[in-house]
Amino acid sequence: MTNTWQDIRNANLVIVMGGNAAEAHPCGFKWVIEAKIENGAKLVVVDPRFTRTASVADYYAPIRPGTDIAFLSGVMHYLLEKDTIQHAYVRAYTNASLIVADGFSFEDGHFSGFNGETNTYDKSSWNYEFDEQGFAKTDDTWQDQRCVINLLKQHVSRYTPEMVSRITGTPQDKFLHICELIAATAAPDKAMTSLFALGWTQHSVGAQNIRAMAMVQLLLGNIGVAGGGMNALRGHSNIQGLTDIGLLSNQMPGYLSLPTDKETSYDEYMKTKLFKPLRPGQTSYYQNYGKFVVSLQKALWGDAATKENNWGYDWLPKLDIPLYDIIKAFEMMNNGEMTGYICQGFNPLQAFPDRGKIRRGLSKLKFLVTMDPLDTETSRFWQDFGPQNPAKSSDIQTEVFQLPVTCFAEESGSLVNSARWLQWHWKAAEGPGKAMSDIWIMSGIFHRLREMYRKDGGAFPDPILNMSWKYTNPIAPDPEELAKEMNGRALADLTDPVTAVVTKAGSQLDAFAQLRDDGTTASGCWIFAGSFTEKGNQMARRDATDPREQGIAPNWAWAWPANRRILYNRASADLDGKAWNPKKPVIEWNGTRWAGIDVPDYGPTVKPSDGVGPFIMNAEGLGRLFALNLMAEGPFPEHYEPFESPSENVLHPKVPNNPVARVFADDRASFGHRRDFPYVATTYRLTEHFHFWTKHALINAILQPEEFIEIGEVLAKEKGIAQGGWVKVSSKRGEVICKAYVTKRIKPMTVDGKSTHVIGVPLHWGFTGQARKGYGANTLTPSVGDANTQTPEFKAFLVNIERTAAPAT
Amino acid sequence: MPLTRREFLKVTGMGLAAGSLGMLGFGASGVAQAAAVRPFKLAHATETRNTCTYCSVACGILIYSMGDRAKNALSNIIHIEGDPDHPVNRGTLCPKGSALLDIVHAPTRLKAPRYRKPGGTEFEEVSWDFALDRIARLMKEDRDKHFITQNAAGTTVNRWISTGMLAASASSSETAYLTWKVARSLGMVVFDNQARV
Repeated sequence: MTNTWQDIRNANLVIVMGGNAAEAHPCGFKWVIEAKIENGAKLVVVDPRFTRTASVADYYAPIRPGTDIAFLSGVMHYLLEKDTIQHAYVRAYTNASLIVADGFSFEDGHFSGFNGETNTYDKSSWNYEFDEQGFAKTDDTWQDQRCVINLLKQHVSRYTPEMVSRITGTPQDKFLHICELIAATAAPDKAMTSLFALGWTQHSVGAQNIRAMAMVQLLLGNIGVAGGGMNALRGHSNIQGLTDIGLLSNQMPGYLSLPTDKETSYDEYMKTKLFKPLRPGQTSYYQNYGKFVVSLQKALWGDAATKENNWGYDWLPKLDIPLYDIIKAFEMMNNGEMTGYICQGFNPLQAFPDRGKIRRGLSKLKFLVTMDPLDTETSRFWQDFGPQNPAKSSDIQTEVFQLPVTCFAEESGSLVNSARWLQWHWKAAEGPGKAMSDIWIMSGIFHRLREMYRKDGGAFPDPILNMSWKYTNPIAPDPEELAKEMNGRALADLTDPVTAVVTKAGSQLDAFAQLRDDGTTASGCWIFAGSFTEKGNQMARRDATDPREQGIAPNWAWAWPANRRILYNRASADLDGKAWNPKKPVIEWNGTRWAGIDVPDYGPTVKPSDGVGPFIMNAEGLGRLFALNLMAEGPFPEHYEPFESPSENVLHPKVPNNPVARVFADDRASFGHRRDFPYVATTYRLTEHFHFWTKHALINAILQPEEFIEIGEVLAKEKGIAQGGWVKVSSKRGEVICKAYVTKRIKPMTVDGKSTHVIGVPLHWGFTGQARKGYGANTLTPSVGDANTQTPEFKAFLVNIERTAAPAT
Repeated sequence: MPLTRREFLKVTGMGLAAGSLGMLGFGASGVAQAAAVRPFKLAHATETRNTCTYCSVACGILIYSMGDRAKNALSNIIHIEGDPDHPVNRGTLCPKGSALLDIVHAPTRLKAPRYRKPGGTEFEEVSWDFALDRIARLMKEDRDKHFITQNAAGTTVNRWISTGMLAASASSSETAYLTWKVARSLGMVVFDNQARV
């Protein structure tokens, strides 16, 4: 989230698209209701189903799964054609005026630079035009046809209301009414907030769905302001934290990238991370990248990381491909290329696409380790549970370890919530039986390995032996010590170049601004610097005071970065430093510095007249309507059909799907065609359940005891399916036999002239726990991911459905 | 004198009990008895501040347990409710959070390490030492056999791709950081979390 949960109350318009906050995030959704009651806000919901969020909306429109880019490009077309954008904001704070290089083009579904042999792009033309000093050229009058704003106008001109409706199935009048509501927030003192979740990410074009809305928000001047922003409502309680700390194939803590094979030395690695400003006088804060990397290396390896050994650069693994994500991992497993797999609090047999493939992959491992508080399906993949998990144990040679782990109530530590708040929590009891903490288990494995490498040697022991592990109790480090290590400390006396204040060696740091690239500071996660200072554990703060009740609560816990609650908040003020919305200022220029209820996302004493852009992490200081080379599919979003789709791509039939999505041959062979699987399916979550955990909790298992699918009345009648009747739902990859829930919430849509039915597939069941046995929605889902992130396409795929007899019990 | 939350509960609990039960027609002795019993459970419990383990709204919760944390007094969690001081949830919880007690005490909570042999049909209970020794041994064997120090071009790459790990997105940031250190020190790159699912 760019903003906070409570800040939603400041919105004039709340749009929920790609999510269902009322059911998935009920206690956060209350702030939407607060916005409606206290701020007169309108709620708009765009969703394939009439969800409970839709049931309290002021306006609802249906949409076919997987067509959000067409919808949002249509919104941009509307805003630009009617000229209902926030002009001063777009002109000064976005890259609308910058001129794009001549080679850039878009034709018949491909951007310039496409290589049809490798299905990749040469992105060199996706760039600005530069002058002799290396600064991007600009035309503030927008006369130049190569200005970003003009190229964008041209790109979205195909998305007329007729075209949008033809692709998305959203009736034109509903689409246009929503456009009107959105356009009203272009007024400088009006804000729209976008709330989204997996409904946008779990598509083969997931990242571009989100980009499309971010562009809408930039055109409206809704980023950085109270009640605005792009608000990803995240799933697990600490998924934000795990992302922040880089527990992803290609990441290091604080969004630093893991080196690749091409970066043969630290200097080579840093060459692509210099972030020279692309416009005069810009901040381009990532120019400090080296300070963050060196401080991380000092935290990881301590004294062993020196300038002479490039701060231990060789001890970091290098990547030969963009990332080894889950889809890749299970492809490798199925090919017999993997030996072992460790699942810490993760249940891939239920969570990953194409469940049959997951089971076959796990069966080929030599060993599987599961660490979990609960008896997961994954840890029992080798046991026969009937049709829900057919397995012949004697044929499966995998050694399986099922390790019992303590849960949230039995540990202390911090979690990062969706609004980037680091909140500390305290242990209330010991775990049951012999259950131990993840920290104890991971340390136990590490010490055993390190001892073996110390004694017996083996493959490249250096990083294992050099890893810094100076904890008071090395067997089970105290969470506070780990938190302090992430915050960072001074390794030598540091003198501030401006104030001459000295930070003594050994002191906890106050901010990432103190980090150095000369080895005199250590910080395990630079964006967390300030969370645990000499003043103590800032994450444990519990002062809920909230100036003007504007939803900032600056002294409750601690937010990264720098305890800032609204990202890009310089953009909440106009060019002179006055709030666009005088009733809800965030920070303003007081003549000498930026002041207000939040920590400025900007140099605190940089004058408005200096013309420094508000997006200080970007090298040109501007919000990007044109994404340069940062996205896999192109600098502008484009509508591509899901890999399993009921429709042609009417824009460019020869390029129906995301051209750069990575699809493995066996997965492609498992895609179904609309001839055999005529219905669109989309997975979803129920308010009574959390993933595959709560079926272990008695009361939740009672509330939603068994697997079902949801279909509309029209389809039910067509197929002779009764309310609560048994059905077989099948995709090319598998079948689920469960009950049908027939509702008025899903209605057929007209897509490209044809009636199209959507089937909802809740995903919470399995074969362990208190609820009745179920197959799991991932029995049906395809193994293909977004081209940037490899997030699997769970939200749009094809199935067939037929009435069936009740299974024998 | 400022009231602690526990004392506040005692006072208001007794007030509520007396008022509502009195209206229901209980006699004076019944009211007195109810007043003594009603606040008993939570007033004598130990209160711990925590965060709901499910979604990223991160609702503040109060966990009540029996046992005063004295040595040899084993704590037992008896009640969980929303934290009224928390600026986001203001004391409320959803159908998932309201049932947190049932996940803490789920009958399928694991209580001992278990091991399944190749081709085995059942789990067997094992000691922690057996499990961790064996896991470390299997990891080392695989790492020593398949670790890639250099790629075909002779570039130092130091990666291990034949054993992978999924990290837990409901674990604490401190757990996550320690896990990152262990996985990367081994050169692991088949490494992911629940960000995508």
